[in-house]
Amino acid sequence: MELETLQIIWFILVAVLFTGFFFLEGFDYGVGILMPFIGRDDLERRAVINTIGPFWDGNEVWLITAGGAMFAAFPDWYATLFSGFYPALILMLLALIIRGVAFEFRSKSDNPVWRTMWDWGICAGSAVPAILWGVALANIIRGVPIDENMNYAGGFFNLLNPYALACGIASFAIFTLHGAVFLTLKTKGELHTRAMSVAKKAWAPATLLSFVFAIYTLVETDLFARLGVNPGIIPVFSVIALASVIFLLKNNSSGWAFAMTGIAIAFSTITIFLGLFPRVMVSSLDPEWSLTIYNASSSEYTLGIMSIVALIFVPLVLAYQGWTYWVFRQRVGTDSELEY
Amino acid sequence: MDELLLARLQFALTSVFHFFFVPLTLGLSIFVAIMETAYVRTGNEMYKRLTKFWGNIFLINFAVGVVTGIVMEFQFGLNWSEYSRFVGDIFGVPLAIEALLAFFLESTFLGIWVFGWDKLSKQLHAATIWIVAIASNLSALWILVANSFMQHPVGYRLAEDGSRAEMVDFWALLFNPHVWVQFPHVISGGITTGAFLVIAISVYHIMKNQGDIEPFKKSLKYGAVYAFIGTVLVTLAGHTQMQDLLKRQPMKVAAAEALWETENPASFSLFTIGDEEELRDVFSIRIPGLLSFLAFNSFEGEVKGIKELQAEYEETYGPGNYIPPVAISYWSFRLMVGAGTLMLLTAAIALFYVLRERYSFPRWASALMFWSFLLPYLGNTSGWILAEMGRQPWIVFGLLRTEDAVTPASVVSSGEVMFSMVIFVLIYALLTCADYYLIKKYAVAGIKPEARNEGRV
Repeated sequence: MELETLQIIWFILVAVLFTGFFFLEGFDYGVGILMPFIGRDDLERRAVINTIGPFWDGNEVWLITAGGAMFAAFPDWYATLFSGFYPALILMLLALIIRGVAFEFRSKSDNPVWRTMWDWGICAGSAVPAILWGVALANIIRGVPIDENMNYAGGFFNLLNPYALACGIASFAIFTLHGAVFLTLKTKGELHTRAMSVAKKAWAPATLLSFVFAIYTLVETDLFARLGVNPGIIPVFSVIALASVIFLLKNNSSGWAFAMTGIAIAFSTITIFLGLFPRVMVSSLDPEWSLTIYNASSSEYTLGIMSIVALIFVPLVLAYQGWTYWVFRQRVGTDSELEY
Repeated sequence: MDELLLARLQFALTSVFHFFFVPLTLGLSIFVAIMETAYVRTGNEMYKRLTKFWGNIFLINFAVGVVTGIVMEFQFGLNWSEYSRFVGDIFGVPLAIEALLAFFLESTFLGIWVFGWDKLSKQLHAATIWIVAIASNLSALWILVANSFMQHPVGYRLAEDGSRAEMVDFWALLFNPHVWVQFPHVISGGITTGAFLVIAISVYHIMKNQGDIEPFKKSLKYGAVYAFIGTVLVTLAGHTQMQDLLKRQPMKVAAAEALWETENPASFSLFTIGDEEELRDVFSIRIPGLLSFLAFNSFEGEVKGIKELQAEYEETYGPGNYIPPVAISYWSFRLMVGAGTLMLLTAAIALFYVLRERYSFPRWASALMFWSFLLPYLGNTSGWILAEMGRQPWIVFGLLRTEDAVTPASVVSSGEVMFSMVIFVLIYALLTCADYYLIKKYAVAGIKPEARNEGRV
């Protein structure tokens, strides 16, 4: 295959990995954020954590794989992004470390102080990445100072512009809603009732903030002026999907509501990647200095090898992860067998 | 401090810490799988209790291994952006494959294993822990494919403008001879880490002699056999690796031996205090001919010394200092070999007792078997310090120097690295305390008669 075709394939694959990651880890973050509030006592909190118990680690591997794919397919993208966004990513790593061990550790001791400490670790460790992913994505599409050598030339505070912060708040709100809807799907009894009421409350801010963010994007970035590929009605679908959630919840159609928050997240991510194409990081200093799939990619040989590997293993991963969700399809309540 | 030194310190800190947890995952996952297989085959409930007991310790350790592994995946981009740009075409590939092929399997099936006790058939449930064990060790293979490229780069060419290395032969990368001497060494090191922890905790309970200690006698038996196999393998694999290094990275061997001059036959140093400035011994006890014997299985054969290799490298790579830190290489090698020797001895003693079904030990033997769990950690850590320090000043041998690989200071300042280092030190200290507290709690609590409530409160 030609180099250019392979570069496009790998842009799509990285986009797919991030879309999958936000869809899956999105509800993990939401559940983590809401856990101390929806779970009023220890047993309820455990039940809430157990709804994502079998899945969260597998979901997080989507991020590891997306990072690995970026490194292998677009080394300059990986290098510029991670070195440029250094302090933000260190905070993200800190949050992910705390969150990961907290799931495993919290129920392994009865000490109430221990449990409370890890509960807030789960909450904060989920909230921080939920915000930071929005901030990072917004900065990628808005553009950051990148010099002619592909090196980031700004500081930490360049990343904290109002637009990026707005996106961070919006992503936080959407992931929270996604998590709340997931809980309406996976819990029973008292917890289910509470999750339903939280989901309904979380809907309005999430929808409103996404709408504000969409408008803000039109004003603040040239994303829609210099589209790589016109996403057409995909972002419109995203908004409609989000708007429909409240009606589905009122109808007790949790499954559909979850599909809709998922579609909203997936379609927003797709819109961003389509608008970005063929750029992968926009330079605010000079459009010529932006990283693109053409100047940041690996060689034809490497992309070819990686394509074969992905062709074999991505379907396999989807199959066995899908099977996990089937095995653990039952709702979780305070009377269930709880491992975490 | 300059950002190069800080970045190196941070990498050392995060990777050494990560590798406290990885070998136990490698070794203990297999052990837990063996326990569960015994349960499925015999139907004996004791094996189920053992599976859960060792499984809980495995899980506590695994969690820390995973989260510290995320840092590893991203810090090449964070602190080593020039490195990432230069070798991403090659180095990124095994990392991506590791995630896609091994880490997905490991994480997903571990979730199924933990939560699937009443949802899967016994056989299928046992199969999931085997998948976890195999995937963990497969994961190690891909990481070592990446590391081996740094030690002994193969299957690449330099881009026309010299700006980066490009992969030209994936199979050469995978079948890099360095991988196939390093992988068995690391895996068997993992086996010993798991085995000696099993021995230590089992001996603790047998000595305490409270409650039901039959399961721990069984554990000790399995653990002793497992430890013996592991230590024999790790010794043989280490020996093979050293012979291979002599061909591929002679400077690393010379530094590990503090061998300043080329010798034939070459002597083996038992104890050397050297002068790294003057490149000479201050004080040294040596066994004549032994190094040649270890290297070539014969008491003759030339082993090149540091001075001659330095002269050769200057000719090939231009003027510069190509000598790695000798004292660190020398002493880390001795710590590794010393730990290995003690492990071999301890495993033999443990085997001696369990094969005679004797479960009362003299004080010295129980103390040795208990404290032996520290030895693999010493061996693993010092072994990696030798592997990485002995390669200096290169990050990719002969291709890229460590000083040229770091993220430019204009992008990540030394203040920022200092900030991240403080964060890592604090959080890793917290993890150490929490991990120690939990493993100790679970290890001391022992095996409860009612298996169903293990891990639940």
